[in-house]
Amino acid sequence: MLDVLQYQFMQNALLAGLLAAIACGIVGVYVVVKKVVFISGGIAHASFGGIGLGYLVGINPVLGAMVFTVASSLGIGLVTRRTRLPEDTAIGILWAMGMALGIIFIGLAPGYAPDLFSYLFGNILTVPFFDLMLMLVLDVVIIMLVALLYKGFLYLSFDEEFSTVSGVPTERLYFILLCLIALTVVVLIRVVGIILVIALLTIPAALARQFTHSLKNMMLLAILAGVIFTFSGLWISYVLNLASGATIILVSGTVLFISFGINKLRHRTREHDRDASAA
Amino acid sequence: MKAEELVRLENIWVDYDSIPVLEAINLSVESNDFLGIIGPNGGGKTTLLKVILGLIKPNRGRVTVLGMPPERGRKHIGYISQFNLFDHDFPISVFEVVLMGRYKRSGLLPRYTEEDRKAATEALDTVEMLDYKDRQIGRLSGGEQQRVFIARALATDPKLLLLDEPTASIDTNMQAEFYELLDRLKENMAIVLVSHDVSAVSIYVSEIACLNHQLFYHGSKEVSAEELEKTYRCPVQLIAHGTVPHRVLREH
Repeated sequence: MLDVLQYQFMQNALLAGLLAAIACGIVGVYVVVKKVVFISGGIAHASFGGIGLGYLVGINPVLGAMVFTVASSLGIGLVTRRTRLPEDTAIGILWAMGMALGIIFIGLAPGYAPDLFSYLFGNILTVPFFDLMLMLVLDVVIIMLVALLYKGFLYLSFDEEFSTVSGVPTERLYFILLCLIALTVVVLIRVVGIILVIALLTIPAALARQFTHSLKNMMLLAILAGVIFTFSGLWISYVLNLASGATIILVSGTVLFISFGINKLRHRTREHDRDASAA
Repeated sequence: MKAEELVRLENIWVDYDSIPVLEAINLSVESNDFLGIIGPNGGGKTTLLKVILGLIKPNRGRVTVLGMPPERGRKHIGYISQFNLFDHDFPISVFEVVLMGRYKRSGLLPRYTEEDRKAATEALDTVEMLDYKDRQIGRLSGGEQQRVFIARALATDPKLLLLDEPTASIDTNMQAEFYELLDRLKENMAIVLVSHDVSAVSIYVSEIACLNHQLFYHGSKEVSAEELEKTYRCPVQLIAHGTVPHRVLREH
């Protein structure tokens, strides 16, 4: 079984899984505690426009997605903060417009787009070397920004109003956070694809939240969970010959539900014990 | 010590979708004031506080905080917002919440200084919550959480404390304790609190104003029944028990 680790494509896949777990572990915690899951979904889907743009102008679609995703995250931020359009309406519109642009761009691009499917649903086994390096650089940027602005993001997420009053530049921090989400989406595209990104942004963080009351520990636990999910999902998909991205998501979701179930049972037995000792 | 003017509102008008919420408000808060603003729900109490804090821009009128625009002056205000609006599961400890109040000193730098920790510890001590400093904020009772948010406001070293419906989430038997805490704090700072709870407020504050879109400011606690009726637009009765004045709504 371990022979497979000798193959370059498998080593690359494991590295891609690790890099994806780091990005989604850190940024996913903010997505969950700041409750910006829907915005993140919008940013992820809008990035399809960038994939299409990449095909059209003949550059690496992931690079196209990076530019487009950062721009669309700032766009969503501006529309939701500066106009009177309700936030979820604005997100829904930009979500669909990004995807529509992607379809138009790909249609205009010469020839056929052979690996389009892998951008939509991910394929961890075929991540090119350049994309791996890009993921590595983005991970470093994400870690540095979060280390530098940890306090600011904590204040923003917990109590934006109080923070604004005490002078924290909350609006700027919010836009930086959206950019971080955009970069994380780019890191995750090759692994699980645009459509499944939202699961890796939320599941490891939601799982970690059950075990700790510290934001820092939550990030470390979420990274660990992400590594376990991507590695075990990759292994199962390889053994059973299934789509890797979808397998990773289903493994993650199943573990999360089991964990919720166990927690619920534990609470119930604790209450039961308390009732029994009280009686 | 001569009183200093902390907040000045001149002819403030605010409307939402052309429905007026605040009409021609004039108000001056000085450094030794303990002002209670009472009025019915929907009367514009929270809006008034947010105007002072620069979170809502008035359609007309001028706001100054310590002689500055509110965006610059508000860092001298300790704000305690309407309660229970935060996520009770948020992974943050009591001590971290109070440290938020140190932003003015510590900035966005990742570390807190020894001085920041000392100030946060002292603030928690003042509200008698130091024993709970490592507790996750959601695992406290409503009254205890309230105290932590007051400690956070105190850690900002404020000249003015603004409280929005502070007793809404506190049990009745905790309310006396809460007002006694404010009574101690008023020696060092001005306090403005808004509430729809007429009776509780009037026992402790030094001045009362009534707000229902318009502000009726009295400069003292002596509010007449007619003035309260004008605010609430319904009959109100004033009852005095011994030396402590109580004010009770009659027919609503």
